[in-house]
Amino acid sequence: MSIDLSQFHQVFFEESIEGLDIMESALMELDVAEVDHEIINSIFRAAHSIKGGSATFGFKSVSDFTHDLETILDQVRDGRRNISKNDIDIFLQSVDCMREMISLLQAGEDGSTESTVELQKQFARMLENEQSEVPGQNAEEQTQQAEAQDCLATIKFVPNKEILQTGNDVVRMFLELQEFAEIVDIKCNTALPAFSEFNPEECFLSWELVVRSDRKENEILSCFEWVSDDALIEYVPQTSTTGASPSDAIAAQGLSSEGSTTESLSSNSVDVAQAKTLAEKEKQEKPKARAATGNKTTASESGSIRVGIDKIDNLINMVGELVITQSMLGQLGTDFEVNQLPKLVEGLGQLEQNTRELQESVMRIRMLPISFTFSRFPRMVRDLSQKLGKNAHLEMHGEQTELDKTVMEKIGDPLVHLVRNAVDHGIEMPADRLAQGKNETGTVTLNAYHQSGNVVIEIADDGKGLDRDMLVSKAVDKGVINQNEADLLSDEQVFDLIFHPGFSTAKEISDVSGRGVGMDVVKKNIQALNGAVELKSEKGAGSTITIRLPLTLAILDGQLVRVGGNIYIFPLVSIVESMQYKEGQVNEIAGGCNVFRLRDDYVPIVELHRAFGVHCDEQENALMVVVESDGEKVGIVVDELLAQQQVVIKSLEQNYRRVDGVSGATILGDGTVALILDIPGIVKLAGENFKAGQAFIASRKQNDLHQQQAVG
Amino acid sequence: MAKILAVDDSASMRQMVSFTLKGAGHDVTEAADGVEALSVAKTQGGFDLVISDINMPNMDGITLIKELRQLASFKFTPILMLTTESGAEKKGEGKAAGATGWIVKPFNPDQLLATVGKVL
Repeated sequence: MSIDLSQFHQVFFEESIEGLDIMESALMELDVAEVDHEIINSIFRAAHSIKGGSATFGFKSVSDFTHDLETILDQVRDGRRNISKNDIDIFLQSVDCMREMISLLQAGEDGSTESTVELQKQFARMLENEQSEVPGQNAEEQTQQAEAQDCLATIKFVPNKEILQTGNDVVRMFLELQEFAEIVDIKCNTALPAFSEFNPEECFLSWELVVRSDRKENEILSCFEWVSDDALIEYVPQTSTTGASPSDAIAAQGLSSEGSTTESLSSNSVDVAQAKTLAEKEKQEKPKARAATGNKTTASESGSIRVGIDKIDNLINMVGELVITQSMLGQLGTDFEVNQLPKLVEGLGQLEQNTRELQESVMRIRMLPISFTFSRFPRMVRDLSQKLGKNAHLEMHGEQTELDKTVMEKIGDPLVHLVRNAVDHGIEMPADRLAQGKNETGTVTLNAYHQSGNVVIEIADDGKGLDRDMLVSKAVDKGVINQNEADLLSDEQVFDLIFHPGFSTAKEISDVSGRGVGMDVVKKNIQALNGAVELKSEKGAGSTITIRLPLTLAILDGQLVRVGGNIYIFPLVSIVESMQYKEGQVNEIAGGCNVFRLRDDYVPIVELHRAFGVHCDEQENALMVVVESDGEKVGIVVDELLAQQQVVIKSLEQNYRRVDGVSGATILGDGTVALILDIPGIVKLAGENFKAGQAFIASRKQNDLHQQQAVG
Repeated sequence: MAKILAVDDSASMRQMVSFTLKGAGHDVTEAADGVEALSVAKTQGGFDLVISDINMPNMDGITLIKELRQLASFKFTPILMLTTESGAEKKGEGKAAGATGWIVKPFNPDQLLATVGKVL
């Protein structure tokens, strides 16, 4: 029977990667001083499973590698080896190495890498003092290769009474024996006890078999392999019939004199030989398996998602409800009379509820606990702090907080950057910390929770915090602001400067943080997810960065607005405030851009009807929605504010084409299509005028400043 | 056709075992660890063979074998354990717990069927 093993490869890769994650987090938890047996066990189990699977599916590079690792772990598990911090480092490197090997295998390549070889050398060094190549393996093979001839032998088989209780069946063994040898004669001896002592579950029989075979002794006896410890088995070749090889005769003598103890030894070596032949067979099959996977790898790349059974059950439940409602409405529709109207309304209400619940359930399938992203950080913080000579400890809260898979994938890199920053720039060197009366070990805290339809992720450190003066002097140096402006800025505004493009606060660019990916990119990535980021910091006490993300990218909390006969949607998160648009507060400036005096600030105005070239109502009743884009406030003039509601985002690019100033579309309850506004896009659309406006605002601010100074 | 209980925490191994046995016409029930296997064994019964991995979370294979042998319906049922070549000690432990025999990893589907053939 031929089975294509490559169909199990994808599952094997996935579970191996999961296993490696388990290994990694367990290794991180492991305390060298006090080794927790359960943790070692789970590490061992993961390595063991990967080894078993890789050997079975013919990934020799991985199975060889994990074999060595497993041997070492086994020694640790049995208390035969002490584990040092250095060992844990090697194990962690091994985890990385195996990840790499598996991704190579996934790509259809051979799994070996340079670090594989390097680490295997390390393993060999660790194992050096107990080199135990099974001796006599070669000799075994040589004897097996001896020329085979038919010969007769007597096998004496005296099982223990309890043999049946392990599910072994003597008849089956004899049937199997027949595959290797012809049973010439069979003699059964009974040793039945007195009836009162007779136990039907015990075996009181023994056998003497005469067999004719061209096979060697250990092959013939392999059918008794499982019971070799539970029975007396004697193999006596009848040399008189045909010339049996001398080695057989010697073996037979050894056996008959020492009985079952020798027998059990020889059966162990049978195992070794068997395992070896299996391994060799695998080796031969490997190229075949590789060829089969070769062209499939590209297809197998598509991501999969693990969903809890309860979520699926819930979904099926909902669909059931939906079907019931549908059939009820269908029945109602076949012969409808006006007096059934209340029933119809009720049915429609039910349909609405079903649909909403179904929508929520489907959305929940895409939700994964944020631990998927968080899980990489303990290792990262550990490695980083080691590299930087710092002591940092990572605390994580709310790992079970769920987040849409797409959002999760996109937030990974920004989070890595922020955590890295916290360790690199936030946490001080141990000596500095002690000097300040802080605990030598710094703490980085990751926290995630749900808050009013958003996911909030906090990255906090108890490090040195941001230095206002340093930030200001740097910003002035770089020409981001001038000294006069700097004095007016609040602390928050100063801290916001680190999100400015090309602003790096580290005195020297280390290979840890200064990779050219600045905080501005982090902010941009978060904003691209319709999220927001803010920073709080206290000098000497640490910084906290708070990221707010929508639960999902598929649904948006929107503010519906009307301009003339068209309805547009503002993402609710971008709206700061809305107000009456009073002509008196509008200044027209050169270049045709209007600015609005909003309290002490000037806000450039974008008139949506002009930007989109649509008709609008009379200006008198117009409203202005103040939105924030890239840290700048912009007033957008519309005719009317309508409802706030959740809208499902449909891609405009997929269904039509990209339109400037519009990020997507949605279908409203009455079936009309409404466009979702892309705030930065609109600002860009307003283009040059807007820049003129900004220049005006800057000059006005300067004037105000001079006035203030004059007054002061 | 026999009714077989396949126990392994590794999904790929479990699927491979299950797929192979199903392909040979057997009725296979899967379980991911000893605890699950024991509860399946208690509720369903009627298994002709149990194939179990040794290293598993929650309840390992050795414990599972011991527990199964306590059940009247599994007293004489063949139980095969999946071991690795390095597990000579484990074999002894498994035997002591009441295992019928073992299959040495790595094995291919043909070897699995051959071994299963020894007890069915």
